[in-house]
Amino acid sequence: MKKQKEKGKKLNPIDNKIIDEKFGAIFAEAQRRKKERQNNSIPKIHIGLSTCGIAAGAMETKTAFEETLSQRGIEAQIHCVGCIGHCYAEPWVIIENSESGFPPIFYPQVTAGKAKMLTKLYLEEGDPRLEHILGAMEENEMIPSVWEFSRFSKEKRIVMDLCGKIDPDDINEYIAEDGYSSWAKALKSPPDEVLKQVLGSGLRGRGGAGFLTGKKWELALKQTHLEKIVICNADEGDPGAYMDRTILESNPHQVLEGLALCAYAIGAHKALFYVRAEYPLAVKTIQNAISQAMESGIIGKDILGSGFDLEMDVFQGSGAFVCGEETALILSMEGSRGMPYHRPPYPAERGFQGLSTVINNVKTLAAVPPILKNGASWYRQTGTPESPGTAIFSVVGNVTHPGLVEIPMGVTLRTLIFDICGGIPDKKKFKAAQIGGPSGGCLPEEFLDTPIDFDSLIEAGAMMGSGGMVVLDEDTCMVDVAKYFLDFTQKESCGKCTFCRIGTWHLLSILQRLTIGEGQEGDIEKLEQLSHDIKNGSLCGLGKTAPNPVLTSLKYFREEYEAHIKEGCCPAASCRALSAYYIDLDKCARGCDACVGCCPVDAVFTTSNRKKGIDQQLCVKCGECKVHCPPDYNAIFRISPAHLAPIIERPKEENQ
Amino acid sequence: MDVILTSEDKVIIEKLGSRLTQCEKVKTNLIPILQMIQEELKYLPPEVIKMVAKYLEIPGSEVYGVATFYNQFKFNPPGKNPIKVCLGTACHVRAGDIILENFERKLGISEGQTTEDREFSIERVACVGCCALAPVAIMGDTVHGHMAPSKVEGLILRVQVEHEKAERERQKIESDRQ
Repeated sequence: MKKQKEKGKKLNPIDNKIIDEKFGAIFAEAQRRKKERQNNSIPKIHIGLSTCGIAAGAMETKTAFEETLSQRGIEAQIHCVGCIGHCYAEPWVIIENSESGFPPIFYPQVTAGKAKMLTKLYLEEGDPRLEHILGAMEENEMIPSVWEFSRFSKEKRIVMDLCGKIDPDDINEYIAEDGYSSWAKALKSPPDEVLKQVLGSGLRGRGGAGFLTGKKWELALKQTHLEKIVICNADEGDPGAYMDRTILESNPHQVLEGLALCAYAIGAHKALFYVRAEYPLAVKTIQNAISQAMESGIIGKDILGSGFDLEMDVFQGSGAFVCGEETALILSMEGSRGMPYHRPPYPAERGFQGLSTVINNVKTLAAVPPILKNGASWYRQTGTPESPGTAIFSVVGNVTHPGLVEIPMGVTLRTLIFDICGGIPDKKKFKAAQIGGPSGGCLPEEFLDTPIDFDSLIEAGAMMGSGGMVVLDEDTCMVDVAKYFLDFTQKESCGKCTFCRIGTWHLLSILQRLTIGEGQEGDIEKLEQLSHDIKNGSLCGLGKTAPNPVLTSLKYFREEYEAHIKEGCCPAASCRALSAYYIDLDKCARGCDACVGCCPVDAVFTTSNRKKGIDQQLCVKCGECKVHCPPDYNAIFRISPAHLAPIIERPKEENQ
Repeated sequence: MDVILTSEDKVIIEKLGSRLTQCEKVKTNLIPILQMIQEELKYLPPEVIKMVAKYLEIPGSEVYGVATFYNQFKFNPPGKNPIKVCLGTACHVRAGDIILENFERKLGISEGQTTEDREFSIERVACVGCCALAPVAIMGDTVHGHMAPSKVEGLILRVQVEHEKAERERQKIESDRQ
């Protein structure tokens, strides 16, 4: 009944005029402020201040800039922005100093000392110190631009376009970049229009499973007899994925706009952000974004005079991986343990406190405003027909340029890892890419030319998951990686299904045995059997996918499992119980003490001819000595199985 | 494990008791209430669990069950310098477990415990989201990226040196007074 009234109202041209007027005023004000900033010719220093930047020391950098600027009496504006996704460059700054004649310049790894130096030499004396730059932010004739660098040029940013460009704590900066224009446009048309665009765009949920977002919304729209609620799922629990946090910290308003559009499309008047409490900065940023949007009248009561009401709030999740599953998430919001329950009824039919509930991932929601702005067919131009749009990966592990990468669906793994992210450092060989976190799988070299999309990854045995990608080099043991993920899912299993609860425990204990050299004949078959049983005997996504890391590594790296069992050998020399460090006496230099000082357990001793040896009884295999051994000597090696290490006796007098 | 409440803890708990009455008595509030308490007290001793159960009129076992289900809630008082070692995927691949082991060895406690003087506590966390800086450890509020066993020693040493410095200054002020 209420919906009918709203629908009728939306078509009223007088109301549309009110919306235009109200939003027009907000937009004009935002534009005015932007112009004012642009016309101001003082230098601008943009610093990325999201969690990862702060961890890398961006706060110290900011303080150093502020102090030096005031000491030297230079006028400049420090602009705090979010994360640009180039984690290898943290802490980064972009300096715009138009008076010097140079274009805006990107500086990576700006420590406090570098900040002082740049203030003095560039801002005061006009020398941009080209040896410290990564590139210019725009094409020019003086310095190479970052756009010649494939890490920048091969990305296609739809969701993360504004991340690292705008101040997340200022709604005006988002509005000035055409933000909330889709929202104002949507309010002028009936809710079906929003749904039609989202359905037409073929947008698939970015939370992992890839369910069509429009279909989910449609199901909720049909529940006309129920009150509705929409929830943004930012319970990012996957170890190794952090794009949801980055988006919330860098451009919260785009997600907020997406959530508002979702609420409007299905006729909900309540919206919630479910954010992990472990992300304090994201919680703070989104709370601030909500209150700013409320103040501007963009959400709240009678939004922009349209008669549509929308209330927004934040719920802090307490950290349980299983709560990423929507039924578990609902239970945790109701104050219970987050144990998934059987669907149907789907949350859209009966969800949080009996309301019709739609839960969408951060990335899914953030893709909605651009879709409505540019149209469904525009969105379909990117990506593959089955998986339109872009995918965001957090590429970490052994790559040269780790960070967040947004690429069109369908790009191959090779392009992503070797071209965009710069390949494997230290001239090591690529071994596998672990995609999709604990529910994903390890793909070996043969799959480097596989296009990345929802379906081809599932076919290969991995899955998109939340988009975590860990690149592994030749020094990584696949059994150990499988063990690591099993250890995680075993701890995070909610305990409801027996196979998931006890099966993962057994899988883990077999893997643990393998990594300490106590593998038995038949273990591989047991792992396989158990993995299939767990998949079949579990209710939710966690259990159904938990054995994936074991299954894929067994499929593609079976010989490594066999080496662990039959020879007690870890081919990557990574399992600590199966390997040993030793010092090659031919290479070791007399009198050098580099390894002695760094050993945390005093396992390095001096031999009778003043070279070094390692006491295998004391050694904890941390590898610190290998790192500290000067590159000229490079005398420390790791070997598996452990008994192959040459035995060097500790001289008697040393012991006394 | 039995936790002995300090007198400061008792004062906070008393205050929390009165703040509790401002919350609506519905089970949906259970997690926000526990979060509020932990923010003040830093951990949830058995007394608090009982207090919340009584207030919300649900069994204590239910409150305890919910609290133990989630990683956020702690049942031991943290040290003055809580150490969190990240064991997310990226940190694991770059030998985060060795960092954890070094902290454990240096402090003589294992993960989840607090040193006797309540100075340090060690905890493992799933992912702090700074994967590009792996391996990562957090001490207090400071994130330390690219950890190495030798850095572990340095971090602990720094805290100890600062302590000694503070102690010396305190003694100096006292002797000046006399």
